[in-house]
Amino acid sequence: MKKTTFTFAAVLVLALPLLAQNANPTPFVAPTSADITWTCPPGFQGQQLNVYNWTTYIGNDTLADFERLCGVTVVYDNYDSNESLIARLRQGNPGYDVAFPTEYAVLILAREGLLQTIDMNKIPNYATNIPKRWKGLFHDPNEQYSVPYLWGSAGIGYNVNKIAEVTSWNDLFNYNGPTAWFGDPRNMMSVGLLMLGHDPNSTNPDEIRAARDYLLEKAANVVSFHSDDGQAQLEAGNVDMVVEYDGDVYTMMAECQCGDFDYAIPQEGAPLNVAAMVIPTGAQNPALAHVFIDYILDPVVGAMIVNDTSYPGLNQAAIDAGLISPELLATSVYQLSEEAFARMYFLQDVGEAEQLYNDAWDEIRILAGQ
Amino acid sequence: MASSPAALPSAVSSSVPATARRDRDAVGRALARLGFTISSLSGYFFLWAPIVLLILFSFNDGRSVNTWFGFTTRWYEGIFDSALDKQSSFQTAALLRAVGNSLLVGLASTAIACALGTTVALSLARGTFPGRRWLDALLLMTVIFPEITQGISLAIFFKVAFDGIGLFLEPRPQPGFGTIIIGHVVFTVSYVAIVVRARLADMNPRLDEAAADLGADGWTRFWLITFPLILPGIVAGALLAFTLSLDDFVVTFFLSGVGTTTLPVFVYGLLKVSVTPDINAVSTLMLLASMLMIGVSLLLQNRNNQDRNF
Repeated sequence: MKKTTFTFAAVLVLALPLLAQNANPTPFVAPTSADITWTCPPGFQGQQLNVYNWTTYIGNDTLADFERLCGVTVVYDNYDSNESLIARLRQGNPGYDVAFPTEYAVLILAREGLLQTIDMNKIPNYATNIPKRWKGLFHDPNEQYSVPYLWGSAGIGYNVNKIAEVTSWNDLFNYNGPTAWFGDPRNMMSVGLLMLGHDPNSTNPDEIRAARDYLLEKAANVVSFHSDDGQAQLEAGNVDMVVEYDGDVYTMMAECQCGDFDYAIPQEGAPLNVAAMVIPTGAQNPALAHVFIDYILDPVVGAMIVNDTSYPGLNQAAIDAGLISPELLATSVYQLSEEAFARMYFLQDVGEAEQLYNDAWDEIRILAGQ
Repeated sequence: MASSPAALPSAVSSSVPATARRDRDAVGRALARLGFTISSLSGYFFLWAPIVLLILFSFNDGRSVNTWFGFTTRWYEGIFDSALDKQSSFQTAALLRAVGNSLLVGLASTAIACALGTTVALSLARGTFPGRRWLDALLLMTVIFPEITQGISLAIFFKVAFDGIGLFLEPRPQPGFGTIIIGHVVFTVSYVAIVVRARLADMNPRLDEAAADLGADGWTRFWLITFPLILPGIVAGALLAFTLSLDDFVVTFFLSGVGTTTLPVFVYGLLKVSVTPDINAVSTLMLLASMLMIGVSLLLQNRNNQDRNF
């Protein structure tokens, strides 16, 4: 009897820390290079991989870790826009193995025969770690040319001291204080079309005109049309709300550490984009490119990229394994329900209607008093 | 009134009192002086204010390059740590590699452009061969040509040339530092030639003739007489060529190959995320370096001018 009591007490004492831990979960420890369990297939030692990307659109240690794990050299070059990438590859690929175009650029590159097909059987992480919602999209319906990398949305960044919660585009349009909109035609016009119940990629002149009138009516509090530096205007206090890409706002929030700002995807839907990994025609080492893409899709590697860049990740295995920082996971891009996601849309090529958009947008910018 | 408009044309001689005319002239002169002062001050302001701002924000304690958050030297520390191969962020390491690539391209293309430009200037100033005027005009063309035209035409040229070579040679040559350096030479050689020519026009041809009279051959005359006299021109041309090469984006991008990301390409590549004061710090350091170079060249030029006063 006495012995059982003792055992019981001992078990209790031993279990106490565990119970306490359950009540108060361990603080998040960001994964590091040491946590990577991905192993490189043999036979690539001494080879070279040429990567072409935006300058800081990758994790701090991503390339160094890959060099270490595979015993290869990675050459990293940069471009400034999808248009530059397309122009460079059109002239003939000087030897790049992996590039990171946005979805619409994937479509253009594939159409012009500038991409190699990717063998998904050589990328086991593609089937297991990438959720269905990111596969077979309009730019690559047969999942031949691209593997999704990071995504992004154009929603509303706001100052939480000025406005408690943002759930709708109407919160922006009806706000009584300084706001900033995107300066380019397509993003805001698509919101106008969306709010009127039209296709955000409409080519109908009447619908585009209606969207123009709608936005003009809502533009009373716009103090600035920014060229993708809206997060800085928000941080400086020039505006209380800004239409901006999520990654830019999250990067600013992470650096500022002040808790004054947040980002929301309006419930009506918002423009969506996804960056993809592709293997251009003329790549000098396509086999190693496949290995690299599989490496990027590893949960730990993917989580490290997301934690470094603050761009929304799409690696479900990384999210499920709790490798992404809780501050990021709490943001609206990760809290998006399947229905809300279904209301998001890509900005697609509108052909000759582009001019209608530009004209309508010019009128808005002039008449909104900017 | 004394100075009615009708009286003005013949005013030169009498009818208008001399004092009124003097007053009016004085006011006009004062206004003109004020206008000149304002326009030159605003000229200096627009020239220097952005540079002062750039330097200021290199000390910004935040990731923004247009909103002030406080004073720090961490961006400089990051650069020096990276240069000394201590642990450094991925971005700073890549930035320094880009600076290294820019310096390599700049120095190599400047050296070649100086040698070629000087010989072109010499033959244009002294040579007597058919088509000299055409060559002169052609030289100005590359200065006038838009950069994008130059970039695309060079890119097409190399593509065609490499495709041709690729028929006989395996593997086909690829663009890289070589193509970038050639491209930069193409658009900087004219600047060197023009500056050196101006210096040559300034030089007394008798000096060369006197040396020839004393029995010096062409080569000796060049190295002992001409070269020292036109050296300041070559240095000025070199500085111009180096600066142009250093901040060129368009031609570089069109001729780039694997592993040739230069500083301007790196900076434009930051547009996807955001430009950080890292860039301001590097720009400030490069500004310091180029000011130092200009100082040295002015010093050289000054000493040379004193030597010439014999």
